[in-house]
Amino acid sequence: MDVAALKTRRKRRDLLLQVLLVVSVILVIWVAVSTAHTNLTKLNMTSGFGFLDRATGWAYSFSLIDRSIDDSYARTLWIGFTNTLFLGLICIVLSTVIGFAIGTARDARQLGFNALAAVYIQLFRNLPLILQLVFWYAVLIHMPGPRQAYALGEAIFLSNRGLMLPGLNVGPAATLCILVSLVLLAAGIFRLKTLRTGYKLILWLAAGAGMSLMLAWVFAPENSALFSLPEQRGLRFRGGISVSIELTAMILAITLYGSAYIAEVVRGGLNEVPSGLTEAGKALGLSSRAIWFHIKMPMALRTIMPPLGNQWIFIMKATTLGVAIGFSDLFYIISTSITQSGQTLELMGLLMMSFLLINYTLAQIVNLLNARLALKGH
Amino acid sequence: MTMVTEHRPYSRNWHLLTGVVKKRAFANLGDGLTSVLIFGLMLYIAWMLVDWALLSAVWRADNVGECAQSGGACWSVVAARHRLILFGLYPYDLHWRSSLACLAIVTTVVLSCFPRFWSLNKLVSLWIVGFGTYVLLMDGRLLGQTHVTTDQWGGLALTLFMFSSVVLLGMPMGLLLALARRSKLPVVKGAASLLIDFIRSLPLLTTLFAAAIVIPLLLPDWLNGDKIWRVIVGFALFFACYQAEVFRGGFQAIPKGQFEAGRALGLTSWQILSRIVLPQVFHHALPSTINMVVVTFKETAIVIIIGFFDVLASANAAFGTVEWAPYYIEVYAFVGAIYWAFIFSLSQYGEYLKGRMSVAKR
Repeated sequence: MDVAALKTRRKRRDLLLQVLLVVSVILVIWVAVSTAHTNLTKLNMTSGFGFLDRATGWAYSFSLIDRSIDDSYARTLWIGFTNTLFLGLICIVLSTVIGFAIGTARDARQLGFNALAAVYIQLFRNLPLILQLVFWYAVLIHMPGPRQAYALGEAIFLSNRGLMLPGLNVGPAATLCILVSLVLLAAGIFRLKTLRTGYKLILWLAAGAGMSLMLAWVFAPENSALFSLPEQRGLRFRGGISVSIELTAMILAITLYGSAYIAEVVRGGLNEVPSGLTEAGKALGLSSRAIWFHIKMPMALRTIMPPLGNQWIFIMKATTLGVAIGFSDLFYIISTSITQSGQTLELMGLLMMSFLLINYTLAQIVNLLNARLALKGH
Repeated sequence: MTMVTEHRPYSRNWHLLTGVVKKRAFANLGDGLTSVLIFGLMLYIAWMLVDWALLSAVWRADNVGECAQSGGACWSVVAARHRLILFGLYPYDLHWRSSLACLAIVTTVVLSCFPRFWSLNKLVSLWIVGFGTYVLLMDGRLLGQTHVTTDQWGGLALTLFMFSSVVLLGMPMGLLLALARRSKLPVVKGAASLLIDFIRSLPLLTTLFAAAIVIPLLLPDWLNGDKIWRVIVGFALFFACYQAEVFRGGFQAIPKGQFEAGRALGLTSWQILSRIVLPQVFHHALPSTINMVVVTFKETAIVIIIGFFDVLASANAAFGTVEWAPYYIEVYAFVGAIYWAFIFSLSQYGEYLKGRMSVAKR
């Protein structure tokens, strides 16, 4: 057989293989759809998204906006989605900040910081997240009641009712203004590349905090203090921000676990920076703080960013564990909706779509940051 | 000098150690104070822990009353309920079978850490023998023992079962997916990429939930099987999608010239793959694979949410009675210690391998 004949034979074989794959995938989907159809008719179910307008009739633990058992499925699912985003973002910010601190300590010359960071990382990284979650939840529900609450000053209380924090005495509109001004500030910082100059960063943050406080003061309601402190009244607290035990346990567990992982990522990044660079900095007479801000961190960030992005996505996915302790994240809302309404396929589809959306957006943000950090001319 | 170091190696190490401590902990006054403060604090916490866990702890199962008075740990709850935590609802008289089965899995994992077993044939046969032993012992039918159905399997034994079957099933699936993603055929490549990226962007819980609840709706009854097997296959698919990316990294480490050299020698593509490429891929992928295995062991704990009686669920049951309810910390500490010992040693071993390989590369 000549070469041309062999090639056509190979091409034909390749084509056949691909057609077979496509046909079998179509077959599987067809079987699935027809079985689902017979199963649903057997159960007397109507498919489609009509159920979204029905009222749910069940209660759950947490929402950022007002909730009631008369809410429609659409609104309840939206609340679940915002809860997941809210919890995920809080945990991402906290774990990143703590992770950078611990990772730097792990890389530090000081043996004490080093040992402390090593213990932290090995302890929280090597235990399953869900075990840590149920542990913290159990610890929190065994806390003393509000009358015997652990207090830090007169501002922060920890009891079996959850964590009480001081809050700003402003309406939602003002809060939104403050958030927007903070985000704008962060963007400004990023554009100015002040990330590389520590003092300016601190200056900018101080300016941002000052500006938001001023905004808050302008928007503050008449005849009341700017800050609202929690006060113990009988069996409950009034004022301030109340963080339920479910939310506290979620934030605590995910942040400890996530920050231990991020610390390892940060340590790895700092380790990759060639020692010649830091030595050059020392030879130039830079202080160790300047070396960290101007040489080590900017170099390390390029190695840190991709795995850090993976950790952020992991944290977003980890919010689904809320179902284990009754925190009403998206997964909890979806699984409760499935048992209550029986619209399994539609709800699973919504769940998958939401996570694809969240993680795709997050991945795009990470790509943007990576492009920003890349060395110019490379 | 050489004579001295040969005769007294410890002395040299000691000087090195004190040198490091001096440079890194007591370089100047501030440094020294920080060190004393931090290490003092750590020692204090360590002492409190030892005191709680060992010195003032109550150990015997029959004196719950003592627990309320002592300030230490109440290990009585573990002494009384460890069978439940380890073996779940498995029949009490048959716990020896459960323990032997667990031993088989642990032995398999430990043995696969020895370089002596690092060939494809040996590893595959080791895992099949280990897993087979487990199923034979737990099920009991083929050994002429009492039959115990899977819904009675529980505790640590169930966790180990889930873990080993996920790894055993997921490994070949991961390799297949990695090969499919490298394929020159656009449809095969596209399908594999789509599946991998889709599963990887969803939380594990979604995949397991879909396997437990959605699949029964979509498949005809005779294809459904047990819930436990559906969940294991779903989990294995999740593992395979991550493991495929690990293998892909291994493939990328192999120079193109090796494929071409193989083709020039007239080897078939199967021969090139199995004799030249795959052995190197496995070698390159080993540290990341160990990492994946460790992560999978940690994530196995999630099956409690899908309603399986794994070690975490049995731990919750262990302090579920009024008598033992106050001692939840001891139970979680016990389960945590099991997880931690296993995960810590495996991940340290992975780190060690990574270090050894990077030395070999240099």
